[in-house]
Amino acid sequence: MSLGIVGYGVDVPIYRIKAAEIARVWGEEEARIVHGLGLSEKSVPALDQDAATLAVEAARRAVKHAGIDPSLINSLFVGSESHPYAVKPTATIVAEAIGAAPVLFAADHEFACKAGTAGLINSYALLKAGEIEYGMGIGADTSQGRPGDALEYSAGAGAAAFLVGKKDVIAEIQGIYSYTTDTPDFWRREHAIYPSHGGRFTGVPGYFKHVQGGAKGMMEKMGTRPSDYKYAVFHQPNGKFPRAVAKQLGFTPEQIESGLITPLIGNTYSAASLIGLAATLDVAKPGDRILVTSFGSGAGSDAFDILVTDKILEKNNKYPVRELIKQKVYIDYGTYAKHRKKLIM
Amino acid sequence: MKPGLPLLWRKTRERYNLIGTKCETCGTYYIPERKICAKCRRKGKVAPYTFSGRGKIYSYTVIRVAPEDYEFFVPYVLAIIQLEEGAYITGQVVDVNPESVQIGQEVEMVFRKIHDDHPEGLITYGYKFRPILK
Amino acid sequence: MRKVAVVGVGMSKFGELWDVSLRDLVVQAGVEAIKDAHLEGSEIQALYGGTMASGRLVGQEHVAALIADAMGLNPIPATRVEGACASGGLAFRNAYFAIASGAYNVVVAGGVEKMTDATTAEAVTALGGAGDQEWELLHGATFPGLYALMARRHMIEYGTTEEMMAAAAAKNHHNATFNKYAQFKEKITIEDVLKSKKVADPLKVLDCSPITDGAAVAVLMDLETAKKHTDNYVEIVASAQASDTLALHDRKSLTELRAAQVAAKEAYKQAGITPEDIDVAEVHDCFTIAEIMAIEDLGFFPKGKGGQATLDGETALNGRIPINTSGGLKACGHPVGATGIKQIVEITWQLRGQAEGRQVKDAQYGLTHNVGGSGATCVVHILKKPN
Repeated sequence: MSLGIVGYGVDVPIYRIKAAEIARVWGEEEARIVHGLGLSEKSVPALDQDAATLAVEAARRAVKHAGIDPSLINSLFVGSESHPYAVKPTATIVAEAIGAAPVLFAADHEFACKAGTAGLINSYALLKAGEIEYGMGIGADTSQGRPGDALEYSAGAGAAAFLVGKKDVIAEIQGIYSYTTDTPDFWRREHAIYPSHGGRFTGVPGYFKHVQGGAKGMMEKMGTRPSDYKYAVFHQPNGKFPRAVAKQLGFTPEQIESGLITPLIGNTYSAASLIGLAATLDVAKPGDRILVTSFGSGAGSDAFDILVTDKILEKNNKYPVRELIKQKVYIDYGTYAKHRKKLIM
Repeated sequence: MKPGLPLLWRKTRERYNLIGTKCETCGTYYIPERKICAKCRRKGKVAPYTFSGRGKIYSYTVIRVAPEDYEFFVPYVLAIIQLEEGAYITGQVVDVNPESVQIGQEVEMVFRKIHDDHPEGLITYGYKFRPILK
Repeated sequence: MRKVAVVGVGMSKFGELWDVSLRDLVVQAGVEAIKDAHLEGSEIQALYGGTMASGRLVGQEHVAALIADAMGLNPIPATRVEGACASGGLAFRNAYFAIASGAYNVVVAGGVEKMTDATTAEAVTALGGAGDQEWELLHGATFPGLYALMARRHMIEYGTTEEMMAAAAAKNHHNATFNKYAQFKEKITIEDVLKSKKVADPLKVLDCSPITDGAAVAVLMDLETAKKHTDNYVEIVASAQASDTLALHDRKSLTELRAAQVAAKEAYKQAGITPEDIDVAEVHDCFTIAEIMAIEDLGFFPKGKGGQATLDGETALNGRIPINTSGGLKACGHPVGATGIKQIVEITWQLRGQAEGRQVKDAQYGLTHNVGGSGATCVVHILKKPN
């Protein structure tokens, strides 16, 4: 029996700020930033949006896409590093808002940018164990970027929700793998507003080591090579890292292009890999095989080996990622600072 | 005076999902819910009903002087929406330029923060509306 | 039911009265009214006190008991009445019933609101309680916002313009220059209103009534005793009241107040007259659009024509039907609970020929129109000058 994805949904705020505009305020050169980070603008949440509201919109879209009765959803995990509360789960808010309450397993996850895939793995595991009919994993973030820091250019906002089940599966999850070490590349203490990071340390000992560990481990477990996959989706904190790790692992630029969304909306943290996967599924055909490798600072990577089925053609996705993100409104730095509560009121 | 915790909690499901009631006897839709049909009174058979969330802007204003706790959102659009089922409801219209809102504009329900007054307080979520995404 | 008359009226100054407390306000107005009634005070048998939000504004509930106490009227029965901005009108109506029923002969109706002991933000929030807490206010609605929603529809459905609404404010300010009790003594022009800061589009600051402290009191007496007691009485020939849905979105129409139409119709029927017989009226202009809807709801002008009529001066002091000779809520001020009684005070002065500088010639019938919230309550009274 095939178990896997039965539906998915994405939400991204409509507001954008250009890297050029941020560069203007901090006296940086636009071209250097855009080239160095491989991104030109990022999404900014509206005054009334947070990780919970984005998660709800994404989840509602996933339910519609899957075409199921939401009361059958028996697990729901929300991963974020910008949960609205330190104590009081985002998952319960989402569960109530999609009609999945009260019979379900629910909890929030934190593992930096891989909290979303961690939640998806847990729903998948409950499904595989026969405990649930349908489960959901959501990555949602409205992460903060420290003013004047490199990450201010890339810290965006977005959410992606994936529903897993055993009926009408559109993309089978053939295997999962995870690679984890205690690595202090990027962190935020409880009462700190902005995260801190190890600068260049976040590269090789952080992102690259774990993405390679996760991807290689998945392929070894499945007995595959990069050429066995039509698409690969990597965590994408900027436009550069995923292109570099793809090359290092032996994937071609064409394999990762469909799933590379960060250059358009910035790093959506816990949603990033999942939005990349959604964008890939938007164009994938039956029989396509996809390798997904997320990365979360702290650090670790989750990997999925996914096989697209015929059913993908039967379900209509009303909000394909690249169409959805075309709706945008640019704001200036002052408005952005108000939205992100960087102004002391 | 902030609405009390139990008061807000009691209507969480309705506020998140735009749930009202429908009188099955005369076909009238109510949001907020009415347990007694205004037309049929006790004779009406009233059941819960989840609204589609789609509607049109019937009237709107731009709030520029806000009540306590809403100052941060100024200017915001407050409207009365005519839902496609025929009932009317008050709510904000978001993701829109206040100067370009039109009567009759088609909107759909979105899930947003409605009230968040204090860094240590509770956040109230619920329905707002936005021009339909093409 | 017996016939009832108003034998004495009084009010405090309306404005930002930093030196005067809630109880001082009410005592001022009360003493003036009792004196005007040529009474000593011990004749009063019952008291109805209207105030909307004393609890949230000054932390004081139980206000009728406070008024009776402060005025030295214990142990008469004292009852607080609340209907948002119609609290004053409701207090008056209850006093009317107390006498009409035969229970009492002399009853006092008072209204008071002390709004400036709280911050402006607190006052505005407290006023919001007149609307639907859970389904309007929670979404960030304000009172200017709710009336703005009505104004927008009135503009679309009838072609009412911002200029027409502004004309109501300009007229009321003009009238108030003759009223020594009014909060605002400066005239304003239509231009001034149109240029003022937007509060809730299309309403601007000068389309909105202010935050005001004030009190007003009326002394009522059964008509038989009144005739023997004084020449200066006016007869209450109609008392009517109606309700409508609390939330604006549940109304049948946003361009009229059904509660006002129902109450007005009932009032004209009780008095045996038509709108044409009214010589002067005090209507509830909490916002300029409210005055325009009021003069339509009360039958003075056809539906949709209230704006043009106001712009054309038909409701000015020298117009066909003078509206808000006191300056209305806009210029005289709007101490919420007191307004309904102030309207009675002004009409009484008009019918007695005591409205200096703003006297409507030969006024026989006067009407008061007091509204609660966005129209969930409306109280209409008609007073008549004795022949």
